[in-house]
Amino acid sequence: MPGSDVATKTHCPYCALQCGMEIGPGLAIGPRTDIPANASGALCQKGWTAGELLTNGRRLTTPLLHGEAVDWDVALDHVADRLAAIRAEHGPDAVAVFGGGGLTNEKAYSLGKFARVALGTSQIDYNGRFCMSSAAAASIRAFGMDRGMPFPITDLDEADVVLIAGGNVAETMPPFVRHLDGPRLIVIDPRRTQTAKLAWLHLQPTPGTDLALALGLLHLAIADDLVDEEYVAARTTGFDEVRTSLSSWWPERVERVTGVPVHQMRQAVRALAAVGKAYILTGRGAEQHAKGTDTVTAFINLALALGLPGRHGSGYGCVTGQGNGQGGREHGQKADQLPGYRKIDDPAAREHLAGIWGIPAEDIPGPGRSAYELLDALGTPDGPRALLLFGSNPIVSAPAADHVAARIGALDLLVTCDFVMSETAAMADVVLPVTQWAEESGTMTNLEGRVLLRRRAVTPPEGVRSDLDVIAGLAGRLGHTFETDPAAVFDELRRASQGGPADYSGITYERIANETGVFWPCPAPGHPGTPRPFLDRFAHPDGRARFTPVQHRPAAEEPDADYPVYLSTGRVLAHYQSGAQTRRIAPLVEAAPEPFVELHPDLAEQLDIAAGDVVRVSSRRGEGRAVARISDAIRRDTVFMPFHWEGANRLTNPALDPTSRMPEFKVCAVRVERDS
Amino acid sequence: MRLVVVGNGMAGSRLVSEVRARDPQMRITVFGAETCRPYNRVLLSNVLAGSSRPEQVRLLDPSWYDAHNVRAVFGSAVAHIDRETRHVVTADGRREPYDLLVLATGSDAVVPPIPGVGRAVPFRTLDDCERIIRAAGSARRAVVIGGGLLGIEAARGLAGRGLPVTLLHLAGHLMERQLDVEAGEVLGETLSGLGVEIRTGVSASGVEEDGVRLGDGELVEADLVVLACGVRPVTGLAADAGLEVRRGVVVDDELRTDDPSVFAIGECAEHDGVVYGLVAPAWEQAAVAADVITGGKGLYRGSRLVTRLKAKSVELAAMGETQLGEEQAEVVRFSHRARGTYRKLVIRDGRLVGVILLGESDAVGTLTQLFDRGGPVPGDRAGLLFPGLSSAPVADSPTLMPDAARVCQCNNVTKGQIRACWEAGARDVAAVALATRATTGCGTCRDAVEGIVGWLCEQEGVSV
Repeated sequence: MPGSDVATKTHCPYCALQCGMEIGPGLAIGPRTDIPANASGALCQKGWTAGELLTNGRRLTTPLLHGEAVDWDVALDHVADRLAAIRAEHGPDAVAVFGGGGLTNEKAYSLGKFARVALGTSQIDYNGRFCMSSAAAASIRAFGMDRGMPFPITDLDEADVVLIAGGNVAETMPPFVRHLDGPRLIVIDPRRTQTAKLAWLHLQPTPGTDLALALGLLHLAIADDLVDEEYVAARTTGFDEVRTSLSSWWPERVERVTGVPVHQMRQAVRALAAVGKAYILTGRGAEQHAKGTDTVTAFINLALALGLPGRHGSGYGCVTGQGNGQGGREHGQKADQLPGYRKIDDPAAREHLAGIWGIPAEDIPGPGRSAYELLDALGTPDGPRALLLFGSNPIVSAPAADHVAARIGALDLLVTCDFVMSETAAMADVVLPVTQWAEESGTMTNLEGRVLLRRRAVTPPEGVRSDLDVIAGLAGRLGHTFETDPAAVFDELRRASQGGPADYSGITYERIANETGVFWPCPAPGHPGTPRPFLDRFAHPDGRARFTPVQHRPAAEEPDADYPVYLSTGRVLAHYQSGAQTRRIAPLVEAAPEPFVELHPDLAEQLDIAAGDVVRVSSRRGEGRAVARISDAIRRDTVFMPFHWEGANRLTNPALDPTSRMPEFKVCAVRVERDS
Repeated sequence: MRLVVVGNGMAGSRLVSEVRARDPQMRITVFGAETCRPYNRVLLSNVLAGSSRPEQVRLLDPSWYDAHNVRAVFGSAVAHIDRETRHVVTADGRREPYDLLVLATGSDAVVPPIPGVGRAVPFRTLDDCERIIRAAGSARRAVVIGGGLLGIEAARGLAGRGLPVTLLHLAGHLMERQLDVEAGEVLGETLSGLGVEIRTGVSASGVEEDGVRLGDGELVEADLVVLACGVRPVTGLAADAGLEVRRGVVVDDELRTDDPSVFAIGECAEHDGVVYGLVAPAWEQAAVAADVITGGKGLYRGSRLVTRLKAKSVELAAMGETQLGEEQAEVVRFSHRARGTYRKLVIRDGRLVGVILLGESDAVGTLTQLFDRGGPVPGDRAGLLFPGLSSAPVADSPTLMPDAARVCQCNNVTKGQIRACWEAGARDVAAVALATRATTGCGTCRDAVEGIVGWLCEQEGVSV
């Protein structure tokens, strides 16, 4: 594969840290030193081996129609004809679109516009619903705006204390850890993860009880007089009601619910309150629950009570997961949203987009189903009969995966855009081979809210087209003209986002290149961007942050006699998301070759399971097999499975958060047996 | 459906919230004898000790009732239940009809019938608490009568306010219902170290101007005397209405009394022969009763009792049958009195049936949950009492580490690969990093890589 002669400055294809990366001659990969996330020259093994994605022999290069290679026109004509026919017979909502948090901003924008304008469907959502939706909902509720970490990552270097609730950055984004070298680290996780091993204090709660733990911490902060009353009075509203709601969450009760000793809670709160520079961060461990929004709210309440957000040197942030998990949630591939992080039911937002898109506002559909609800409705009498899938692999990554596979199987038409034959692509009527990462340009917004530029470094293989081409090709066949050049799409996105919360209108490719990224909101060409948006005021109309009282409740499914053990799921260092990419890279497969079940030696003894045994794990929704790994790093009542392989998500519970519609990936009840 | 709740304490207010959460429509009226809104009794010890403010113990804001369409009648005691016409009648003659009635009348402090007891302050309500705090401001010595949970918390709280305190207790050791003899003694020693003088096996025969007169005639000087002599369920209303009352108002597994339209929950209720005096059972009962009242299914099967002392610098958790000895159960015990540490596990049929943990312990959360859930006790008992004991870290010294050990997690580099790299000529971390990418991810293995390279270099020196 031809690479360019000079090194191209771009970014890693994987997580939301978006490490700066150079691709040199011969696809030599190396870290950049001008991108703050990994300025010290760090990359993890996924990053170092990313070049192999480009040379992987199992790359898709020809459109497939019912498994047969066809040329592009045949494939796109077929798709467009079928979409038109299904829409004509069953209405526009019979066609659905499912996107991904790995797509560039340009693609996310184009996809949302394609759904609303070319298809006229309300049925669009994306896998970021499974990722960032709880943190997003809680941040919007508290601050009026969701910009994952509303501060540069390098601010953490100067912190005294950082609390991470349900995040394992040492495995999910290793170079992040370099920013935690200075502060005292407090980690909340049911497992003693690689990150927890680095911690000064590790709180190890029962799965599904992070919310109770956060309430207990705030109760103690109030009881021990650690609340920043002046800040609460000047910058927030609603504290009194929260204070009252906390009187039923005294520490000893929280201890009984969570299993975290009172003295450890007290140690954590005192450490956070004793210093000026403290941060509270949440990850998927706290967020992927049927009460994820309230859990994040409880941690934000704690941060607000201690006076952390909206000050230089302290704050709250969520640690976004997917590569463009931030940008992906801003520009309209979410069911309830329009570009610029606007709400789809806001008349002014609809008017603005109608102007950009050249259609009447009333033609823009209303909110559609959330990701799991969309998948759950596929092929049902009222649900979509056709699905266009971009940058996602729900057969592996959606909860209750057997059920989801059955729903996908019931479709009249499944079209996937991918560059490898993922488990979901293997079910598709039409597979469209697309470019990836270093073969195309586009912007990504990283976990800090910094808009970055991915540059094309290599020529794509013969036969593949970019997602933007595919979208425009289909739109054209349906009678609409769409841009295919990323820079032109970005210019349209800038105008579409103008005046919205996530305002990109002042950002250009040139500025990103010259300034190594620009923070949104950036409402004008001369505007410097906004690294720390809440220093003067929060984004609610009154400028204040809002406390919201929340109450703990049990997991949607608690262990019982039939399914007596908690299951939690998560990632391992060598793999990314559904593993569709990383399971095809030899050194990563060598590092983490197969799915496993981690269990405590005491539980293993009770179940007569030895290390290396094949174990059958079953829930009410399905079963999976994996090799036993025995470790006292996990609680006795819990097993852990990584979700990069088929199996873990056959077990997980699709119970949804009432606000964010996040499924409860992080806790369900299972039975564990040695497979005879 | 009209629901009337008598009592707006911890059980009654909880029931009201639980019912409202399940049914936004039901007409709810709650009568509270105390004039203020409900508060969390569990936190009164913290208020007494000064570690919680009175406003922090409120369970509901005044606006809650309007916002949730609940009629609350404060300061109006219900005097009579007319079961025939299904009305409650207040002392001031007001009649309120009900379809379902819940009694959550709680309990009263036991006041021992000794001369001068009127000079003492019981420790039961928020008002009591505020009275004690006011008195403590000018008092020089305090006596607390009763060495149960509340008495100890009160004594510790007063001592924390700088007051010399004597704790008088009738039984031979403190908290004799929850603790075995040795634990009671260790607890006493801990409290003594915090300024609480412990007198066990003594009875008070009278409260006098200058203090408390003991049974043997001795006077224990004090100008503040606090009573913590237990509680007695308030059952008069139920008894007058002809409901079955033993120690408490007798209820079945649905929390119904012998009149199916009348429920009782909390400290006034007696279920399966047990009257509970802790908040957790009352709240469990409130949840079940709310299920039943709103037409759902719910059965209450009794509660497991976990007692957690809330007293600064005294960590104590006690649960279940702590007094069982070796002849009745498997007992695992560790005692280190010099440090105020005493730990005991009582195991029967492979299940944890009793626990005492005195002194700070990381095991408390795990053991409480194991006791609550009734799950099987792991074979490694010592590991339960001493978390971390069985997981001594694997030696990460370069010499002892096997070649297969992964040194750099981020780039999957083993000690063997680093050794090979060294053998190929790399003599420092930078050279190893260049060849293997070790240290280039999170960077936390840098010291380990340095150690291995250094050790290999040393070995070379030795062998030369």
